[in-house]
Amino acid sequence: MALSMKKHPMPVQDAKVRAHNFDEVALGYDEETAVAEAERCLHCKVPQCRKGCPVSVNIPEFIAKIKERDYDGAVAKIKESNSLPAVCGRVCPQENQCEKFCILGKKGESVGIGRLERFVADRALEKGEKVEKPEVAADAQSVAVIGSGPSGLACAGDLAKKGYKVTIFEALHKAGGVLSYGIPEFRLPKDRVVQKEIDNIKALGVKIELDSVAGRLYTVDELMNEEGFDAVFIGTGAGLPRFQNIPGESLNGVYSANEFLTRCNLMKAYKFPEYATPIKVGKRAAIIGGGNVAMDAARTALRLGAEHVSIVYRRSAAELPARAEEVEHAKEEGIDFQLLTNPVAIEDNGEGWVKSMRCIRMELGEPDASGRRRPVPIEGSEFDIDVDTVIVAIGTGPNPIIAHTTPGLETTKRGNIAADEETGATSKPGVFAGGDIVTGAATVILAMGAGRKAAAAIDDYLQKKKAQA
Amino acid sequence: MFKILKKEELSPNVYAMEIDAPRVAKKAEPGQFIVLRVNEEGERIPLTIANFDRETGRILIVFQVIGASTMELAALNEGDDILDFVGPLGRPSEIGKLDGTMVVVGGGIGVAPTFPIARAMKEAGNKVIAIMGAKTKDILIMEDEMKQVTDEIVVTTDDGSRGIKGFVTNAVQALVDRGEKIAQITAIGPVIMMKSVADATRNLGIKTVVSLNPIMVDGTGMCGGCRVTVGDETKFACVDGPEFDGHLVDFKGLMNRQRMYRDLEAEEKDHVCKIGLGRN
Repeated sequence: MALSMKKHPMPVQDAKVRAHNFDEVALGYDEETAVAEAERCLHCKVPQCRKGCPVSVNIPEFIAKIKERDYDGAVAKIKESNSLPAVCGRVCPQENQCEKFCILGKKGESVGIGRLERFVADRALEKGEKVEKPEVAADAQSVAVIGSGPSGLACAGDLAKKGYKVTIFEALHKAGGVLSYGIPEFRLPKDRVVQKEIDNIKALGVKIELDSVAGRLYTVDELMNEEGFDAVFIGTGAGLPRFQNIPGESLNGVYSANEFLTRCNLMKAYKFPEYATPIKVGKRAAIIGGGNVAMDAARTALRLGAEHVSIVYRRSAAELPARAEEVEHAKEEGIDFQLLTNPVAIEDNGEGWVKSMRCIRMELGEPDASGRRRPVPIEGSEFDIDVDTVIVAIGTGPNPIIAHTTPGLETTKRGNIAADEETGATSKPGVFAGGDIVTGAATVILAMGAGRKAAAAIDDYLQKKKAQA
Repeated sequence: MFKILKKEELSPNVYAMEIDAPRVAKKAEPGQFIVLRVNEEGERIPLTIANFDRETGRILIVFQVIGASTMELAALNEGDDILDFVGPLGRPSEIGKLDGTMVVVGGGIGVAPTFPIARAMKEAGNKVIAIMGAKTKDILIMEDEMKQVTDEIVVTTDDGSRGIKGFVTNAVQALVDRGEKIAQITAIGPVIMMKSVADATRNLGIKTVVSLNPIMVDGTGMCGGCRVTVGDETKFACVDGPEFDGHLVDFKGLMNRQRMYRDLEAEEKDHVCKIGLGRN
């Protein structure tokens, strides 16, 4: 049988239909497509794909299991290094990771590794995984995990499996962190995927305390000295929205992407007034930024009824940080891309609402510190775009609450928690950190990987502590 | 779930509720706020803490029914549960011995959050005067409680039905005129009142602190919906405040942002009235 040079296409909802609903866009492979896609894997002697994976999932072996139609075996193989495969299969930027290194990609298209990961993970979730609750000794040591996002869930899951008592403290009324408040339903279904992953972590015996803002309710010191935790993991993420500091950002109609997405995803404002939280999206929306969050905000605005939605990004298409698939999906849905364009001011309609956004065209100059060519304004190229909603998606910074309330915890100049890359150890004994609070905004898989590394280091730390006692 | 231990109608459409929230009560300080959510479909409502009792584990909240969400909260009774109750949030008030008199100004239900501040300032050894403003005498709240934690209370009503006829700013001026050496004013109430107080004290050179309650979602710094311009900087009321220097706050911008959802709020109230409380 001749080897197909192309990936089996991912079945998707029609672009015209999906632009008006919040159901998942990508529908997932069926069994026969998945097996046929798995057959494309050449099983290289020295598999390059693994090198591209931040947590080194054993990709060839899980694909081999799919060929054998041993899907449980495939999931088990992935779970050796990735605790959230149904999430990562959907949201990892595979084209910059595993699939980038796939040998097939040199002449044609790489194996659809992410799609295969999603296929087996979904199958396992639908079947209902049997999670075995680990034995916890009466005198087991306990760990507090702050934040229930990808790093916290991964860290908590691993520690519970090792027999520790684990409690997660979550500030919001729902667990999941960015998986719940940030990534939209149409890209990552909440009940079908996120909640099930969380339930699996709970089934391991992990306690999740919602509505608990660590730093306010308990400081890190209080968790260790008064509440009796033997170690603490901080996975509070990159939650603080950045603004551009251009005139007009306080006008009505201007949102941070965080607020816009939180209203929609966490508070379900798309079901207003059945749900009480309102959201405003006018006829014409502009989203500032070119990452996944910008794509999510743009496509959410469209689904909420905006007639014209633009992405305004200061570099060119090649530099768009979003996953290729999200950019493609956004274009199919009719999102307009204003590339090499930078906003300079948001104009008032005279009544305190957004009327338009003044932008300037950019060109690419010499590479900057990030290695990407620096965008430079073209003098005299200013122009206005008519908008009534502006969503700022230019990134987020670390939430300062924990750093402010934890003496002895060192932070970097940018306010991130300083932690060892391999172990997550911070300047404070017994306190570990990982995910976006350490690295700045990154990916689900990196945060999850950091949570797992920290879990191993915490295990090590607690064993030594016990031996000394 | 958080149980409502006590409910009282302080004046028409204004309610006080004591909530069983021992973990929050243990850490609450004057000036901080909580965020609550009545039910699964509910909004996250921020409310400044009106009192806390570490011994009994209770938090007192005082609110006015203005929209659908506060209507649903008001429909709950003693023994009912509130789904989510998060706090304490925001930075506490600065408490300490001042060089002069401490004046708290409360307008409408804004009197309630001045209570723990007045008490703490009194306990810190200050002379504390409370100015309490209301449209008319029937909607004046917490007068007895305020008397207990201050040296003096001054009541103003717009219609003159109690105390000084006029606004809280008239009472501030009267204190200044009688030679009261005011070291600090903390004013809490409608934005327009806080603006008037700040405007009145600017030239007098009296330190004036205001407590803002802008539109917000999470209350932990995540959404940025509560951003307000203070001096030349954009601040988030939830993590940088809620208290700010009243002489630096851009009240005009704040009032504008408060209007953002006014039309949707009306639609929602209509919806809730039609289908009944509880939403489904």
